[in-house]
Amino acid sequence: MIPTPDLSHLTADDYDCVYEPAEDTFLLLDALEADEQELKQLRPRITLEIGSGSGCVSAFIAKILGPSVLYLCTDINPHACRCTLSTGVQNKVALDPINVTFAAPLSLRLKRSVDVILFNPPYVPTIPDEASGAQDARGIAGAWAGGVDGMNVTDVFLERVEDLMSDRGRFYLVAIAENDVPGIQERMLRLHGLQSDIILSRRAGREHLFVLRFVRDLSRVCS
Amino acid sequence: MVRLITHNLLACHVKGCNTNNFPLEFRDVQIELREAEFNPEFLKGFMPKIEWKALVDAARQLGDTSLPLEQPEMLDDDFLKNLHHVLLEIHVEEGIMTCPNCKHDYPVLNGIPNMLLAEHEIG
Ligand SMILES: C[S@@+](CC[C@H](N)C(=O)[O-])C[C@H]1O[C@@H](n2cnc3c(N)ncnc32)[C@H](O)[C@@H]1O
Ligand SMILES: [Zn+2]
Repeated sequence: MIPTPDLSHLTADDYDCVYEPAEDTFLLLDALEADEQELKQLRPRITLEIGSGSGCVSAFIAKILGPSVLYLCTDINPHACRCTLSTGVQNKVALDPINVTFAAPLSLRLKRSVDVILFNPPYVPTIPDEASGAQDARGIAGAWAGGVDGMNVTDVFLERVEDLMSDRGRFYLVAIAENDVPGIQERMLRLHGLQSDIILSRRAGREHLFVLRFVRDLSRVCS
Repeated sequence: MVRLITHNLLACHVKGCNTNNFPLEFRDVQIELREAEFNPEFLKGFMPKIEWKALVDAARQLGDTSLPLEQPEMLDDDFLKNLHHVLLEIHVEEGIMTCPNCKHDYPVLNGIPNMLLAEHEIG
């Protein structure tokens, strides 16, 4: 059992502006724990978490993979970046947060270089303006407001993720039923050659949560 | 903590700025040195990802001249210790990183690089 990261240094004030780990976060932790052996065998050099929030997920994978990995984290919310940094310190792992949308300034240097990519996105369906307003405000609403089908934010990253993944790289994405999980899977295979599995799902209150894991479609890599 | 390992991966992403947009140049920096555990395996594994000249130049901008101008072929312990220090122990806490091409300034605040752009600057 890998212990859940220590977040006792974060306060109610922090959670006024930063996403507090919830069922979706814990589902992702469980999925990573189930993949522990495979992740270790991959011997990753670089992991990248988009939207690291409190830093809980990256601190957890850092506990799995140890100190021989660079743990890059991005978030649009500056307060989330500060929490990610302090969560690293609290858990004695080195997390490197960058305050930015998605992985924009990393894409030049990390082309086909990232071994593990993680994203628990703002996936709640809202009107589109609410999602774009939340993205601009860079605050707590950006943690959940997802626009049409809850996919306006996620879709932007899905366009770019393949370019970041190393040959053996894998990408873990949290989604809910309203996001149309089969549709995501079909699009990612057709448009980007990424094959996926639902590796975990759970009902939590009104949400039906999924963790998807994408890898390159090997039949295409070899052909 | 902007460590030089992170700096070595960051490029300017202003719309239309896509040549000579790496590496970002430091100025007005405050640095802190924090010891990290020496991990030769990590360093050797990471070497192929490093843009060597960018790393050497950035280290020199921060006052560290311990790295050779050419990436050595023999990775002996002395070299790896210097590399370890430069990549992982020098933390830029405050300062500015400027794009060599479009001159956009990216501030570093409390050890976190602020790479956010205004809507009209996003590519
Ligand atoms: C559902 S929360 C997940 C937080 C944390 N990873 C967890 O699992 O508890 C989504 C996070 O994504 C961030 N975010 C939203 N849009 C983003 C974007 N365009 N780029 C980077 N981060 C973003 C939010 O600020 C928030 O921290
Ligand atoms: Zn530029």
